[in-house]
Amino acid sequence: MRDLVEEIWSTISRNKLRTILTGLSVAWGIFILIVLLGSGNGLIHAFQSASGTMATNVLEVRGGWTTLAYRGYSSGRSIKLNETDAQAVRERFPDKVMRSQAQLLQSDVTMSTMKDYVSQRLYGVYPEYVELGRFVLSQGRFLNATDMKERRKVVVMNESVAEQLFGSANEAIGRDVKVSSLVFKVVGLYQDAGNSSDRPSYIPFTTSNVLFGKGRDVDMIAVSVKNLETADKSLGFEKELRSMMANRKDYSQDDTGGVWIWNRLAQDQEMGQVMGLLNIALWFIGICTLLSGIVGVSNIMLITVKERTREFGIYKALGARPMAILRMILLESITITLVFGYVGLVAGIAATEYMNVLADQTKMEIYGQTIQMFKDPTVDVMIAVQATLTLVIAGLLAGFFPARKAVSVRPIEALKAD
Amino acid sequence: MIHLENIHKTYDNGQALHVLKGINLHVEKGEFVSIMGASGSGKSTLLNILGILDNYDAGTYYLDGKLIRDLTETRAADYRNRMIGFVFQSFNLIPFKNAVENVALPLFYRGEGRKKRNKLAMEYLERLGLAEWAHHLPNELSGGQKQRVAIARALITQPRILLADEPTGALDSKTSVEVMQLFRELNREGQTIIVVTHESGVANQAGRIVHIKDGQIERIEENIRHDASPFGMDGLMK
Repeated sequence: MRDLVEEIWSTISRNKLRTILTGLSVAWGIFILIVLLGSGNGLIHAFQSASGTMATNVLEVRGGWTTLAYRGYSSGRSIKLNETDAQAVRERFPDKVMRSQAQLLQSDVTMSTMKDYVSQRLYGVYPEYVELGRFVLSQGRFLNATDMKERRKVVVMNESVAEQLFGSANEAIGRDVKVSSLVFKVVGLYQDAGNSSDRPSYIPFTTSNVLFGKGRDVDMIAVSVKNLETADKSLGFEKELRSMMANRKDYSQDDTGGVWIWNRLAQDQEMGQVMGLLNIALWFIGICTLLSGIVGVSNIMLITVKERTREFGIYKALGARPMAILRMILLESITITLVFGYVGLVAGIAATEYMNVLADQTKMEIYGQTIQMFKDPTVDVMIAVQATLTLVIAGLLAGFFPARKAVSVRPIEALKAD
Repeated sequence: MIHLENIHKTYDNGQALHVLKGINLHVEKGEFVSIMGASGSGKSTLLNILGILDNYDAGTYYLDGKLIRDLTETRAADYRNRMIGFVFQSFNLIPFKNAVENVALPLFYRGEGRKKRNKLAMEYLERLGLAEWAHHLPNELSGGQKQRVAIARALITQPRILLADEPTGALDSKTSVEVMQLFRELNREGQTIIVVTHESGVANQAGRIVHIKDGQIERIEENIRHDASPFGMDGLMK
C-alpha cells in the first residue's frame, strides 16, 4: 500500500502544475454538480413544506357537474352530495374506509369582535376532523361529541385570526366572537401546518347544518382510508368510488365530472415524478460539466503515459506484469480525480450552506401569509456518497485509455523510445 | 540452459527485413558466451529474443527446459522476472529512484515485502562496493557506478542467465575493464552470462565467442586463453 502511494505521489509531484490545472477542472465539475443538486433540493424542500403535513390517507369528495348526457338527463347537471352518501361509502368499502365524514362549507362569513373583523370560510365538521392532520391544535380543544349533540355554538380558529380579533392569541380561549349575527365561544386555536393559505374556522357539523342549512346536502365528504399504501391502490379505490357515485347519482360511469375527488397520495406521486425528473436533469447537467474535467484528466494521463513509455519498458523488462502497470495508471487517475473532486465537493457544500443562509431572505409576504421559494438547499450524505462514487468511476474512465496504451506497448518498443 | 533451434525473425516495416536466418545455439549452465557482430548483424535482435523482450517467427527456444513461445504478456513478465537479468548499454535506471530502490525494483514486481526488498538490495549493493551510494539518485553516480547498480538490479532475482547488451558501450576503457572483470568473477561463481558486443576486447573475456554475420552464425570460437587477444592483456580494445 505504502509502495503504491509513494509510486503515485512521485509521478504526480513531477508534474505539479499540470496536475493541479487538470485537477481543477474536475473540482469545478463536482462543484457545479453539488451546487445544482443543492439548488434542486432547495426547490423540492420548499414545495414539500408548502404542502404541509396533511395526512396522505384522506380523499376529499365534492359534488360536481355532469359532462355527459345520460338516460334523458342533459349534461351540466349539478350533483349534490348528502350525508347518506358519506354513510354509504363507509358501508360499501368496510375494509378500506376508516371514516367517511360529511362537511359543510360556508364562504365569506364575517367574524367580528369589538376590536376587529375578518371575512372567513367556515367549516361545519365532525370531531374526527382533527385526525386528518390539516393543522396542529395549539390551545384549548377541538370540537367534541357533546358539541355535536347539543349543536353548541363553539368555534376553533387559527391563531393568527385570533390574534387579529383579540389582539393576542393567548386571550382568545373562552371569549365570544360574533359569527354572522350569532355569538360563538372560542374553544380552541390551531397553528398552520406548512404554508397553507387555507385558514378557516371550524364549528360543529350539526350547528352548521341548522344555522346555514342546505337541507340534507353537504359540501364535501372526507374519506379516510386504510390498506391503500401505494398510489396505484389509491387510484384504484378512487375509480371504485367514482363508479359508486355514478350509480347512486344516476350519471354515466364514464363521466369524470360528476364528483370531484382530491387524492393526496396520487398527487404526491405525480409531484414525486416531477421532482425525480428535475433531479435527473440536474444530474445530467452536472455530469456533463464533470465530463469535460474527466476528458482533461484522460488527456493529461495520455501525455504522461507517452512520456513514460521508456520507464514502462524498463518495468516490463524487469518483470512487471501488465496488471501491475494497469493498476498504477488507474490508481493515479483515480487519485487525481478523488483528491480534486473532494476539493470541489467541499467547496460545493460550502456554497450550498451559504445559499441556505440566503434562502431565508427569499421568504415573501403575500397578503399576510409567508411563502418561501427556496428552503434548505443543502445536499445530504447520500448525495456526497453518490458524488464520490461518480468520481471513482470518472477516475477509472479517465485512466482507462491511457492505461490500456501503457500496457499495450511491447517492452522492446518501450526500450527503444526516448 | 539455452537451446535455440533454427530461429527465424523478420521485421516488416513496409519492407520485409529478414534479420535472423536460422540460428542454432546451445549454452550450458555456468557458461560465459559473447555474441559478436557488426551493427545490423542481428545480434541485438537475438539477445531480445533470448530475453523474451521480443518474439520470433519460426524455430524453437528452450530456456531452462521451458519452451518460450506464444507466451501471454503476464507469463512473459514472470519468466523475465524469475529467469533473466538484463544489463543494458544505457543502464536504464529509473531516474527518480535512488540506487536501493532501483535494485529492489524486480523484487517489488515479484510481490516481496518492502523490508526484505531493501535488505536484499543493500546486500547486493555492498557486494558491488556501492553501499555508500545507496541513497543517491542515478544522475549523482558515475557511468561505472550506474552500470554496477544496473548489474546489482539484474542479479537480485538470482537469474538463470544474465543478458548484457553492450554493457561497456557507454563507459570509458578503465571502467569497462572493471565491469568486465566483475562479469568474469560472477561467472566464476557459476553465473551463466551472455554478452552482446561489437568490441573484440569485451568478447575476448568470454569462454566462447559466437560470431554473427547477416543473421547467421558465422563461426563459434572456443576461447580458453583470455589474454591471447592481439590487443594486449588489460587494455580492452574500444
